[in-house]
Amino acid sequence: MRGIRAGDAAIGLLVATLGLIGLIQAAGATDDEIYVFGLSLLTFAVVFDFGLLKRHFDTVGQWPEDGYNETIVKKFLIAAVFWAVVAFLMGVVLAAQLSWPALNLGISFTNFGRLRPVHTSAAIFAFGGSALFSTSFYVVQRTCRARLFGGETLANFIFWGYQFFIVMAALSYVMGFSQGQEYAEPEWHLDLFLTLIWVLYALVFIGTVVKRQEPHIYVANWFYMGFILTIAVLHIGNNIAMPVSFFTAKSYNIASGVQNAMIQWWYGHNAVGFFLTAGFLGMMYYFIPKAAGRPIYSYRLSIVHFWSLIFMYIWAGPHHLHYTALPDWTQNLGMAFSVMLWMPSWGGMINGLMTLSGAWDKLRTDPGLRFSVTAVGFYGMSTFEGPVMSIRPVNALSHYTDWGIGHVHSGTLGWVAFISFGAIYYLVPALWKRTGLYSVRLASWHYWIATLGIVLYITSMWVAGIMQGLMWRAYDAFGFLQYSFAESVSAVHPFYVIRLTGGVCFLIGALIMVYNLIRTARGTATETTVGFVPVPAGE
Amino acid sequence: MPTKIEKDDVTGQMTTGHEWDGLQELNRPLPKWWVYVFMACVAWSMVYFVLYPSFPGITGYFHGVIGYYQRDAVDADVAAIAQQRAGAMDRIKALSFADIRKDPQLLAVAQTAGRITFAENCQPCHGAGGGGNLGFPALAAGNWLWGGKLEDIQQTVTFGIRSGLDDARNSQMPRFGADAILKPAEIQAVADYAASLFDLPSTGTNLAEGKRVFAENCAVCHGDAGQGNREVGAPKLAAKTHLHGDDRAAILAQLNNPRMGVMPNWNARLDAAKIKSVALYVHSLGGGE
Repeated sequence: MRGIRAGDAAIGLLVATLGLIGLIQAAGATDDEIYVFGLSLLTFAVVFDFGLLKRHFDTVGQWPEDGYNETIVKKFLIAAVFWAVVAFLMGVVLAAQLSWPALNLGISFTNFGRLRPVHTSAAIFAFGGSALFSTSFYVVQRTCRARLFGGETLANFIFWGYQFFIVMAALSYVMGFSQGQEYAEPEWHLDLFLTLIWVLYALVFIGTVVKRQEPHIYVANWFYMGFILTIAVLHIGNNIAMPVSFFTAKSYNIASGVQNAMIQWWYGHNAVGFFLTAGFLGMMYYFIPKAAGRPIYSYRLSIVHFWSLIFMYIWAGPHHLHYTALPDWTQNLGMAFSVMLWMPSWGGMINGLMTLSGAWDKLRTDPGLRFSVTAVGFYGMSTFEGPVMSIRPVNALSHYTDWGIGHVHSGTLGWVAFISFGAIYYLVPALWKRTGLYSVRLASWHYWIATLGIVLYITSMWVAGIMQGLMWRAYDAFGFLQYSFAESVSAVHPFYVIRLTGGVCFLIGALIMVYNLIRTARGTATETTVGFVPVPAGE
Repeated sequence: MPTKIEKDDVTGQMTTGHEWDGLQELNRPLPKWWVYVFMACVAWSMVYFVLYPSFPGITGYFHGVIGYYQRDAVDADVAAIAQQRAGAMDRIKALSFADIRKDPQLLAVAQTAGRITFAENCQPCHGAGGGGNLGFPALAAGNWLWGGKLEDIQQTVTFGIRSGLDDARNSQMPRFGADAILKPAEIQAVADYAASLFDLPSTGTNLAEGKRVFAENCAVCHGDAGQGNREVGAPKLAAKTHLHGDDRAAILAQLNNPRMGVMPNWNARLDAAKIKSVALYVHSLGGGE
């Protein structure tokens, strides 16, 4: 055998076609964004295919690939850590802008409205997404005892394509292009590109599950598959749009008005449900029992809470549109399903926490496990808070206030980021074949600083949010509003500064982690086969 | 993979007999409390579905036993507030400013209504307490463009400035530079003269020429000594602070291609009683006449 295979060559051709499309778009571009996108796509294709050719000549005679594909896991892990820092830094910048609006600098590129989606996309899709790619590729190979389906080139294309999407999306926001739909800001051409990447991701993941050498599919893989499939449906469903032309970045969604809002929040809520919940539950179901060295608390609970979570979540979106033009029946349906969603969500918390029975002592010695378990605690808290906030009279107070921001961050900082940190602290020594972390003490510092940051963040936002809600609805004895909106803005200023402090703590913690991980990866190799189970011959 | 069911020593539970990469699962039944709370949430939702609008139909939707409709609910809330305000606001609308001010209780209501109306509607441009911003007149300073009596303020708020209504305050400053009404040298000279009225350190050498140009072109609206004219909304120039800036560059910009602000006609958004209340509030900020 020589170099790359026919399948790899097909991916090379696909990428070359993308480059050609980029060239055509750049040539006919009628706005700056599509021009930059087209040229970037062309560059991406040239560099990728050049790398592919180089690999072909470098690896002549070295095929077949064997063992698990850990290179792709490492790449996504490095990306996740990099984007974590970017996302937290952007969050700090935005929190500072909210505290002191002069920091918008009067430049369109640094305006809050353009930077906010950079923060949210960096946090959810770049950091969270890369963490999910990394762990899902790691977990699916090991729990299926199979090398990743589709070969190294396909995995590489998924990696570089996804990173390309992230960078181009951020660039387009800064240039002022957005669909105006929260968490779905990228315009049509970026949506199409992501669709391609996502379909290939699904192919690789499901392909690996199909060729597994275990009789059963491990629970983490159900969650990862639920996440991958539903995100595909949500992404396509919410982004059916008509471009103004092939040569412009602007498009119009097929739905308008309240239908558009309904579809958007069906998407938005389930981005939380399937990206930030189901995906990370998959992560939890591998790394907690692995680090604790204990069996899963209840197999039956994992089945029942998986299916009930999947079924309930998809209905709950309308609770984002209480007291709007959305019909009453739709709002009420969304609210009731949100309440019913409480226990299905908590099933994951019970399974995560109770798996530690018999291994609680490990929390003292394993900072990674401490992150994971704290994450499950925050998960339980925010999946209780969510149903409460979805109840209409509560929502009347909480909606449009900073309580919502606090709720989101107890989920993203407390659950998503912490469960990822737990997995990352496990994975880096495992992937780089080290006996342990460079410094457990530094990881503990990270843990405490980040936890303090979360507490500052969510408590300040609770206070600010409830205060806003109460101020907005306060009437005086004569029947007039007690406070103007501007007064509510100045009243929350101190809490915005506290929130900023919390964000800075979280960022510092992440930087400590980066240092610790780099030192760990650079350390002397002490063991070459940590947990490695060779794939049997013939594979 | 052979199935190997084992007993977990720590919990006494049996495993399911599967193993993935060293991971096992206990075959433990669902926690009872979890099942009961789940069922309770489902039961609560079922009751809610019956009581409230909850399901779509072919031509409409199921309205629920209670018949709740959020439009009716908000209408009832708005009506209740309107009812609470009605007595006082009707009197404010009917009475003259003088009569309102004679009634301390009514004046208190008007001040309360005026304060919040101002804070929600006027403050974004005119600043808290009517302090003003560049391009948006200060209201507390007594330096009025169109008059500072209660009736003047009421008129301005009601119909606005250059709002497009016939009754709006309307005036226009010619584009002395852009339309070549004055020569560049004359513009420079009159800017020097205006700067002297602004009490700025004047760099110009030709104040006499500037004064001549001013008298011929500007004085008709701004007055001989730059004292302004409220009949046409011409700003007072002989002052420390000015609507569109206090330096020579601002004077030149204004001479060349003047900015003229627009204020909306608030009668499109506020009722007569609220406008009167806001007039009373603005009048009380320190500049009222």
